[in-house]
Amino acid sequence: MTSIRSPGQIALALAIALFLGVFLIVPVATVVYVAFTEKGGGGLTLVNFLDFGRTDLFVRSFWNSVYVSAMTVVWASVLALPLAYLTTRFEFRGAMLVQTLGFLPLIMPPFVGAVAMQLLFGRNGSVNLLLDEWFDFKIGFMEGLNGVIFLQAIHYFPFILVNLSAALRNIDRSMEEAAQNLGSHGLRLFRRIALPLALPGYIAGASLVFVKVFDDVATPLLLNVKEMLAPQAYLRITSIGIDDPMGYVISVVLILVAVATMWATALVMKGKDYATTQRGGGGLARRQLKPREQVLAYAVVILILALVLAPHVGLVLLSFATVWSFSPLPDGYTLAHYTRVLGDSSVYIKNTLLYAGLAAAIDVVIGGAIAYLVLRTRLPGRQWLDWAASTALAVPGVVLGIGYLRAFYGVSLPDGTPLATLWIVIVLAIAIRRLPYALRAAYAALQQISVSLEEAAENLGATKARTVRRVVIPLMTGGLLAGFVTSFATAAVELSAVLILVQSNSDAPLAYGLYVLMQTPAGRGAGAALGVIAVLIVAICMWLSQLAVDRSQRARGMDI
Amino acid sequence: MSKPARAVGIEISGVNLSYGSTHVLKDIALSIRPGEFFAFLGPSGCGKTTLLRLIAGFAQAQTGQVLLDGQDVAPLPPWKRDVGMVFQSYALWPHMTVAKNVAFGLEERRLPRGEIDRRVAQALELVGLSAFAERRPAQLSGGQQQRVAVARTIAIEPKVLLLDEPLSNLDAKMRVSVRRELRALQQRLGLTTIFVTHDQEEANTICDRIAVMDGGKIQQVGTPMELYEHPANLFVANFLGSANILDEKSGVPIPPGKRLVFRPQHAALSAPESAALRGPVTHREFLGATVRYGVRLGESEVLIETPFQSGSELRSVGDQVGVDLPPRRMLFLPA
Repeated sequence: MTSIRSPGQIALALAIALFLGVFLIVPVATVVYVAFTEKGGGGLTLVNFLDFGRTDLFVRSFWNSVYVSAMTVVWASVLALPLAYLTTRFEFRGAMLVQTLGFLPLIMPPFVGAVAMQLLFGRNGSVNLLLDEWFDFKIGFMEGLNGVIFLQAIHYFPFILVNLSAALRNIDRSMEEAAQNLGSHGLRLFRRIALPLALPGYIAGASLVFVKVFDDVATPLLLNVKEMLAPQAYLRITSIGIDDPMGYVISVVLILVAVATMWATALVMKGKDYATTQRGGGGLARRQLKPREQVLAYAVVILILALVLAPHVGLVLLSFATVWSFSPLPDGYTLAHYTRVLGDSSVYIKNTLLYAGLAAAIDVVIGGAIAYLVLRTRLPGRQWLDWAASTALAVPGVVLGIGYLRAFYGVSLPDGTPLATLWIVIVLAIAIRRLPYALRAAYAALQQISVSLEEAAENLGATKARTVRRVVIPLMTGGLLAGFVTSFATAAVELSAVLILVQSNSDAPLAYGLYVLMQTPAGRGAGAALGVIAVLIVAICMWLSQLAVDRSQRARGMDI
Repeated sequence: MSKPARAVGIEISGVNLSYGSTHVLKDIALSIRPGEFFAFLGPSGCGKTTLLRLIAGFAQAQTGQVLLDGQDVAPLPPWKRDVGMVFQSYALWPHMTVAKNVAFGLEERRLPRGEIDRRVAQALELVGLSAFAERRPAQLSGGQQQRVAVARTIAIEPKVLLLDEPLSNLDAKMRVSVRRELRALQQRLGLTTIFVTHDQEEANTICDRIAVMDGGKIQQVGTPMELYEHPANLFVANFLGSANILDEKSGVPIPPGKRLVFRPQHAALSAPESAALRGPVTHREFLGATVRYGVRLGESEVLIETPFQSGSELRSVGDQVGVDLPPRRMLFLPA
């Protein structure tokens, strides 16, 4: 690879650095700075953190958040482990079903189905009404913190499932055959060999779940749980104001927890990166299940899939329901909610498409540029761009929202409106939040292109810039498209940063509208209809992205 | 390692095995004697590894049976067979130390701790790795890893030892010393051992007997010398050492349906006038101890190796030469 530093590359790197500086580093630094200064603009102090530690509500919220996140990991593992074990180690026709339906929760963030799940599993929800009628008891699925844990576990277990299954599949089959050969089998073999070897995958999934749950604002709030840390940050800023230091202190704590979790993960994984991927013979030998085991396996799978589908089913029912309370199923069905949503609430949908589209476009451009600079140039400090963009992973949405509000509220446009109230700020916040994912997609796309293809172009007389335009970008299209669609889909349901930044209903995206509508019993139907539309948008996008990847790989004659 | 009470024989008969429409093993019948060091030798895809995995219980045959010490092993799952297998990739568990790896099979057998410790120490000493007990596999060299894999397997005192291409992941120099170690170890333990390889030199140097396999069939069974001197068919002749194979188009009188087979070093070059077979030299390679000539005979070409002595005159490409082939070195094998 040549190491010529063209002025174009330097300008590109500086532009990206500026963008990340203004829209990521400055807002987060502002939050940290405010947390450490005295109220009213005094000097640096730790007094705010002492206040945090002395306030019962915050300490309780902190431990509640830890408890909920940890228990979510536990229950998500309980759901994911049997599915991963069954699908990777047995000849099992349900495996395909698990592979597809198991990922369903990923296309819908937990807050979307929260109210529907109340109606299905709440104290007077369908399941408890039936349990009460038949067996005379109720189960408090949705009581207080349990409700948050229940909902989050159902939604986030696929993160563990995906990582764990991939790790289990990647274990060289001789690893387990050697154990069988030495006298081990069944669950004991799984516990002593397969599970320890798949541990890195499991931990990666589990820590992701922990952080996501810890940072989630909307789900607890929709379940009327306020005593958790992320909701407290939001409530503090929106009810007391952007001058109150406590919101910032909580934000810093949220960041610290995210960073600590990632750091602890890295620490545990150290020296455990067992690259045992297939050296010899093909895939794993999967065992046939005996008839009795089959029944048991199907029972487990169906039970878990029923749980997974519950929020979706509930949401659809709710969106068509006239009245639904104190009864297992709605009293009647109507299309009124959809007419309402597609009529006067259609601004939400329009805004979502606009915001998510712009955010995804920004992500693909910046992600692609960073990937190119890091992988294909020798620009000093290029790695810093990658690190900076990736730190967005450790910044909770609510913190970014607060940072934007604080950093840009003072900045006014010529006509006097504060910068922070413009809708474009929402787009930028979403774009920053999704950038790490687009960046990974761009890396993957670029890594598949052999450097020699570019060298061949240069050898034949193309300049760097023309090589990028005529060789690199066409070959990356499939991967970048997939990155765009994934960013778009997840941006369409982003809420935690949006919640803080939306100033008027007319600027609000779908997720915000859904959140507002779901607050009142009268708005639930319309909220659910919006939720169904959101799920459809995301599902179609995911399908398109899969299509884009498949097609570009086939076009290049690569084995899929 | 205490010697096993008694070495065990293996009887394989009528084995057919298919994966879908691929017939991988065809009518396999074999008798491996107690204490023998036996090789399955053949090119990749010949079914040798599948046959090994069948004995270990990782593959199921549609017909036939495998008797271990006279007992049919078909109903036994891999973990009840007591056949120790050393995998091609060694399959050392990276999350365990060397000692833990070796202890695994003993722990699965629920032996008392003291007994496990004693046998782990013994097995590691046998392969000369006592000092490495607390290392992780990743901290060892390829040859050391291979020895750990062997120690782990013999620690359970298996009835037979199965080695799946154990030398293929080692460099050429290591291969020679490790195969000597393996042979010495096998002799000391008196353990019936099956060695799978595609390398005829490996098989020849350490095995008592060899089953040559191709296309899912056993082509011939015999000692290395028997196979070399009396190959049963063209495949065996060609696979063990190099062989010249001639048909009637070479101008040599050959019975119909047969081929003439001879080794390059069994023929000699002579003056063209007096020889029954003659042709031009097509190429010449200097190999040190020998010189290898290519000679055209009719439409065929044969290779002839002659010993090299300094000062001796070499033939040049294009020279007409005669080829002398003693009748006792001529083999006529079915085409």
